[in-house]
Amino acid sequence: MTLTTDPHHIRDYSLTGADTIHARETGLAGADWYRTEVPRKVMKDLMQRRDGPALRDTAIWFALLGIGAWGGIAFWGTWACVPFWLLYGVMYGSACDSRWHECGHGTAFRTSWMNDCVYQIASFMVVRNPVSWRWSHARHHTDTIIVGRDPEIACMRPPNVFRLLLAYAGVLDMIDSIKTLIRNAFGTLSPAEKDYIPQSEWTRAIFAARIHMAIYGATLAVALLTWSFIPLMLIGGPRIYGCWHMLMTGLIQHCGLAENVTDYRLNSRSVLMNPVSQWIYWNMNYHIEHHMFPMVPYHALPRLHEVLKHDLPAPNSSILDAYREAIPAVLRQAREPDFYVHKPLPPTAQPYRMEIVHV
Amino acid sequence: MSDQVWTDVCDVEEIDAEDVIRFDHGGRTFAVYRAPDGSAFATDGLCTHEKVHLADGLVMDDTIECPKHNGRFNYRTGEALRAPVCINLATYPARIADGRIEILI
Repeated sequence: MTLTTDPHHIRDYSLTGADTIHARETGLAGADWYRTEVPRKVMKDLMQRRDGPALRDTAIWFALLGIGAWGGIAFWGTWACVPFWLLYGVMYGSACDSRWHECGHGTAFRTSWMNDCVYQIASFMVVRNPVSWRWSHARHHTDTIIVGRDPEIACMRPPNVFRLLLAYAGVLDMIDSIKTLIRNAFGTLSPAEKDYIPQSEWTRAIFAARIHMAIYGATLAVALLTWSFIPLMLIGGPRIYGCWHMLMTGLIQHCGLAENVTDYRLNSRSVLMNPVSQWIYWNMNYHIEHHMFPMVPYHALPRLHEVLKHDLPAPNSSILDAYREAIPAVLRQAREPDFYVHKPLPPTAQPYRMEIVHV
Repeated sequence: MSDQVWTDVCDVEEIDAEDVIRFDHGGRTFAVYRAPDGSAFATDGLCTHEKVHLADGLVMDDTIECPKHNGRFNYRTGEALRAPVCINLATYPARIADGRIEILI
């Protein structure tokens, strides 16, 4: 089935609007997605869970957080504190996102309680309700970049370029996230949240928001009582001043690519990165691979990439290369919302699944 | 009297220890497992969350993890263990007889 494009169609990204109905009626919601054929024995090997890599990375992560906090406090008031806060900020405000993500999938560690423990810590750092965002992300995987179904579409069309640029400053997202937590803490879930969170989980979502807000309240109180910025530099603040790396890597996951398709190769982007960014991002630069096979843990994604690459568009060669592709596409979408980057496939690949395309 | 019958699935060697296969029979789909100790188990084939085939998932110890959203069940009891799965999975008796795996359905 090919659905024709209506040039006058205004996208409704809410989860309760016209595009939601459209997605259900056309079979885009909960569709069967294209996945590359991988022999069972190979996939079984790739899916294997281990505690070792995530224990090592988590120990390094906490050590870097500790060094950053120590130096930031010890040299407070001098220029020498700046690199320490930069380090602390990125470890807190950016690395938290990939830890939240991987532990939310339950794939970082083999041991369940370790995933749960790091998930709770990282959810707090990234200012996300640990209950509601678990369900939000499950929907993102069910209906990836399906308008009216996916609650995690970062680049809506036509794009608000000014807001996308401001996102790097971290302030707008922080304000939105805190407003959501406050609303949840007062016992209110939005219609969208009620759509993707089962009713049995609503009470837990409200409780989690109250815990988070209590910690933020206590942090603010300590800052006021001591008349010091340091508590805010340690808790909450890094989500603003340290989130730039999370946005730099996260916004290129899907921006400028297709909407309303059932082939991850059309709506997701894999990008080769420098090893530092790849460590902070926990290999989520292999994003097509992750969406096709979310049960493969982060430490096996480079191997999965080697297994799949004959069937995928070539990855962008660097973060810069990805932005060279995404920025013109997003700017063009401001004028032509139906435009998206259609990448060539290697000759060894199966053709794109194009039978359902409603750009 | 129950109309369930022991139904032949496959040779026991066709499923590795700590692995799962899909078994379609009578218009229904099942997941048939071998535990790490080699014993056989069977459940409904589709995840109770979004109807994804569990046979593409990962068997770890007593659990099966859904390949789409990483929800987990205990395949011996069918108990839902990890979000986003909330509804338990139906289980079926399974046995190994003369080198063949059979399930009671």
